[in-house]
Amino acid sequence: MKHIALSFLTIGFVSAADTVEFNRDIRPVLSDRCFHCHGPDEHDRKAKLRLDQTGGEDGAYRVHKGVAGIVPGSLDESELWYRIITDDDDDVMPPSKSHKKALTKREKELFKKWIEEGAKYQDFWAFVPPKKPANPTLKNQKWSQKPIDSFVMRKLEVEGLEPKEQADRRTLIRRLSFDLTGLPPTREEIAAFLADEHTDAWKRVVDQYLARPQFGEHMAKYWLDLVRFADTNGIHHDHFRDLSPYRDWVIRAFNENLSYDQFVIFQLAGDLFPKPSNDQLVASGFHRLHLIIDRGTMLPEESFSRNVIDRVESVGTAFMGLTVQCAVCHDHKYDPITAKDFYQLSAFFNNIDATPETGGRSGNDFKRGLQQPYIEMATPVQEKKRAEIVKAESAAKAEAEKLKKQVASAKDGEKPALQKMQKAAEGNLKKIQSEKTDLEMTIPAAMVMKERSEVRPANIMIRGAYDDPGEEVGRGTPGFLPPMKAANPEAKTRMDLAKWFVAPENPLTARVAVNRFWQQLFGVGIVKTSEDLGAQGEWPSHPDLLDYLASTFVESNWDMKALFREMLLSETYQQSSVATSEEFKADPENRMLSRGSRYRLDSEAVRDQILATSGLLKKEMFGKSVKTPQPEGLWKAVALPSSYPNQFTPDTGDKTLRRSLYTFWKRGLPPPQMTILNAPNRESCIARRERTNTPLQALLLLNETEYMKAARHFAEQVLQEKPGNRMEFAYETITSQLPDEKESAALNALLSDLEASYLKKPELATALTEGKGKAELAAWTMVINTIYNLDITKTRQ
Amino acid sequence: MKMTSVENLMMHQGRRQFLKTSGTGIGLTALGSLLPQNLQAQVNKAPKAKHVIFLFMAGAPSQIDLFDYKPDLRKQFRKPLPESISQGQRVTAMTRGKEQLVAPSMFKFHQAGKNGIWMSDLLPHLSKVADDLCIIKSLNTDAINHDPAKNFVCTGSEIPGRPSMGAWLSYGLGAINRNLPEFVVLPSAYWTGGTRNVQGLYSRLWGSGPLPSKHQGVPFQTTGDPVLFLSNPKGVDGDVRRRMLDATRNLNQKHLAEIGDNEIATTIAQQEMAFRMQSSVPELTDLSQESKSVMESYGPEVEKNGSFARNCLQARRMVERGVRFVQLFHRGWDHHTILPKQLPGQVFDVDQPAAALIKDLKQRGLLDDTLIVFAGEFGRTVYGQGTLTETNYGRDHHPRCFSGWLAGGGIKGGITYGETDDFSYNIAKDPVPIRDLHATMLHQLGIDHDKLSFPFQGLDQKLTGVETARVIKDILA
Repeated sequence: MKHIALSFLTIGFVSAADTVEFNRDIRPVLSDRCFHCHGPDEHDRKAKLRLDQTGGEDGAYRVHKGVAGIVPGSLDESELWYRIITDDDDDVMPPSKSHKKALTKREKELFKKWIEEGAKYQDFWAFVPPKKPANPTLKNQKWSQKPIDSFVMRKLEVEGLEPKEQADRRTLIRRLSFDLTGLPPTREEIAAFLADEHTDAWKRVVDQYLARPQFGEHMAKYWLDLVRFADTNGIHHDHFRDLSPYRDWVIRAFNENLSYDQFVIFQLAGDLFPKPSNDQLVASGFHRLHLIIDRGTMLPEESFSRNVIDRVESVGTAFMGLTVQCAVCHDHKYDPITAKDFYQLSAFFNNIDATPETGGRSGNDFKRGLQQPYIEMATPVQEKKRAEIVKAESAAKAEAEKLKKQVASAKDGEKPALQKMQKAAEGNLKKIQSEKTDLEMTIPAAMVMKERSEVRPANIMIRGAYDDPGEEVGRGTPGFLPPMKAANPEAKTRMDLAKWFVAPENPLTARVAVNRFWQQLFGVGIVKTSEDLGAQGEWPSHPDLLDYLASTFVESNWDMKALFREMLLSETYQQSSVATSEEFKADPENRMLSRGSRYRLDSEAVRDQILATSGLLKKEMFGKSVKTPQPEGLWKAVALPSSYPNQFTPDTGDKTLRRSLYTFWKRGLPPPQMTILNAPNRESCIARRERTNTPLQALLLLNETEYMKAARHFAEQVLQEKPGNRMEFAYETITSQLPDEKESAALNALLSDLEASYLKKPELATALTEGKGKAELAAWTMVINTIYNLDITKTRQ
Repeated sequence: MKMTSVENLMMHQGRRQFLKTSGTGIGLTALGSLLPQNLQAQVNKAPKAKHVIFLFMAGAPSQIDLFDYKPDLRKQFRKPLPESISQGQRVTAMTRGKEQLVAPSMFKFHQAGKNGIWMSDLLPHLSKVADDLCIIKSLNTDAINHDPAKNFVCTGSEIPGRPSMGAWLSYGLGAINRNLPEFVVLPSAYWTGGTRNVQGLYSRLWGSGPLPSKHQGVPFQTTGDPVLFLSNPKGVDGDVRRRMLDATRNLNQKHLAEIGDNEIATTIAQQEMAFRMQSSVPELTDLSQESKSVMESYGPEVEKNGSFARNCLQARRMVERGVRFVQLFHRGWDHHTILPKQLPGQVFDVDQPAAALIKDLKQRGLLDDTLIVFAGEFGRTVYGQGTLTETNYGRDHHPRCFSGWLAGGGIKGGITYGETDDFSYNIAKDPVPIRDLHATMLHQLGIDHDKLSFPFQGLDQKLTGVETARVIKDILA
């Protein structure tokens, strides 16, 4: 490992970029090594010097006690230069005590060149509205002149790289199917695509997949990570809660191609439309997805403060792509977000008409996983039934009360009979009330956002402490971003804020969104740190491409499917992912896009693929979360004994064969089939998942009970095929490829080998096939298990 | 030679990019390496210890009834806690606005070990190993409720989602064995003190946060497979599995040659590791080779699956086999009411096994290499909660001071460190905030806590957080 590190450094040292660009070459170094003491945070600023801007009393060009921070063009007069090159331990920057890495030789060279060339600053790229860049002229004419391909090709030219050929059709349709629906293509779909002789066959298949209902489900999966959607409250008792209508809305919004600006507005301020639709109200449940504690342990004012911070943080990650939460305790160290900015933003989100902690355990709300405010969305049938029950309830109540009075005033002789009647009436009332409860349990209900009539004041909380309020602040947006236009500047609303987010001059919203969508199709965003486009985030690999996509997205009226279509139709997307080992080593994440990206499927796609290919998948959409089987005792090992529910009882039947998107997510212990493959626990907003490759993942894919059942189920179908077709059928169904001779030979050898084994050990065959007992079925089950465990099966390529 | 943009991006990201690349497996398999992940963390002195066993008493045991002897409190029975002592300390929602009346411990204390350390009579076994213990009476924390406080002890932050102690060690030091995880979590399955004081756990307490998730703790289960999905399915024996894996490997190798992606090599390696774990884990959890005397030393509960006692024995076996960090969770210490009735059961669960663990490691020459830490997430109040008589009381959460102990791993034995005031309410001398405990643990493993960092959300994240942490030099042997 040391060797690799050294070789990077060596390459860095001997090479020299031809031009120095502040944003690309200088700012990241300043941010990482200098801003902590010489950045936007006034509190920690040393020597009255800030290096994040040039002007002002503390700016980089300032002269303080005769010492100039930076003098453009003059190394000798620039204190900064002296400080980074000196050997004097007292003077050198960053100070050795700070544990910040000293500047490398290459970095010093860049600074030298930059100062000599005039030490020009640039506005931080992500805070300047994107402008559509001109299409570059290219020498390499291999690809179309369409913008995406042109920007990618220009980069390849600069790097001296050649793109790969187009991938074969089998690979392409598999890639497309997973990228848009999270499911593999069926053999029939593959055959249809292979047979399509239209010149625009690719476009036709792209449009087909974009129109599938599974598109919305797959898109929703990414969105639910981003907004930390889960089925429990996440703190203390970690009780059940039900926000499934929000999930349903997200799926529909993607399928109906709701424009992204509306998608954002609905979530940020859906409740503030003049006459909000159910969809708009449900979408405002975005603000209810945070962790919330049940009452009785924390102080309510602390819980309140945590909820608000959590809400602001989620808005920061999801829509701004910034780590605004850093400004909870102090001005941001790297980005120009002040603590005041943070609390002004929080003032939009602190006015919910709700208690900051969940209520007691009694009553239907608790069982239904609801906390006020919520809306009910009863079907007409349910409405009617409920009206009937309410009527019957009041009649029964009146009857019971009437009899009670009669009993009280009755003569002794009449009492027993009346008492009997009273008892019956009370029993009847109870019965009706329990019917009512049962009915209410089935009525869909969604937690929503709701403003209090009186606006709550907001304060800067000193060091973020809930009980240490400082200066009172009003609602407002961060000063370094374009100003917000409010309908009534005296009373700014969340709706104003939502519109500000999608105003064309907002530099962040579109960039953050297109970058994440790009990441969905290429594995890594153009800015890799898709949760942070700020100073500490990563510089975009293709800045012009990002700006092109962002501005086109806004121009298209935020048309998500159009954006996907354009990315999918690019030749960049369609490249083969086959490369040399050296090429993979040189650019493991394919940042240069010189090939098709290759990476492991997400946990949901891994499971859904097994269900789909084995023929078990139930495609029923929407509704409440499902407890799919998991190993016993997992909840018990962590849950509070009084948590609701504290024991995992798996659902049964077809439900458990639904897509993983609907799997019940207990934050304290999410399903291991998901988390082992890097699904997040949904406690905080996650813009990109990690992808590791571990032995625990190998064990999961080898041994998981449901996955084995699926293998056996599929093996039974394989045996329905003609003997000569079986291997091809199995291999193609799972991998979308036909097995070549070597693959067939290897698998057939395994098959006969295992069949012989199972013939010798019939008890094993019986156990594996649950009594069906045949060696042939047992051997096929293991062959399917083998194909499920191939690297190419779990990988999108 | 011109730098390519990929290299340029890597330069920008420096270590972050580099680590991400190697963390996903390429670096690892390419070099067949068990080398440390974090090169900076190696800037260390010779490590004193190689392993940590963290005995986490989730729910927060009462320091006043176990370690922090305050005989004079008897005179203060039912007297209000002086305001000069409470100093406006924030309280929980449970005792807010209620009277704060002193509840002295009803338990007797005795002096143990060469240095006559005062310990509760509830701890006869730990008293016998007092000369190996370093009891810290001045631990303190920022949090007052379980969930954030447990996060704080386990991850150095009240906010969920930071890497846990074991994940940091796995990341910073790498593996020392090829067949077992580096970080194992062993929660107790039951509590003799009853279930009413049992608080929840969360997988984030052993999570890896933004570190590569291969560093997260692997919880061992008390029912079914100790490691999830470890066993072959019914009808698949080792022979079938081996042949199936051979075929899988051959095909994966073929695809590696065709496609070129080195990640396929990682998949092959991890499948082989999984196969090895199928024998190494059962060997680990099989206690049939343990001698009768060793079994007995851990007390009667060792016979029961999921007991704290059995987990202590398992922890020793793990350390023997090169597991870096073992974290036991024993819940049930949240004694808001009827503490005298319920504390003895809890102590019964841990006293003998913890003492046996020390002795057992010592006998095997492993105690010097192994740092044992025993602590909860905070302490308990001197004032009573619920019914208050001399023999019946409860105690609320108390963050300002609590007691824990360390043993082995280059820590001085037979000493106490830090002192509290007469009410076990404030720290009178040598405070030890959680970050100092963390810094000291890392130091004993040869890591400079300021150098073990990972860039995330724009900050170099550290276990010890942003405030200055210090190694407690006075307790180092």
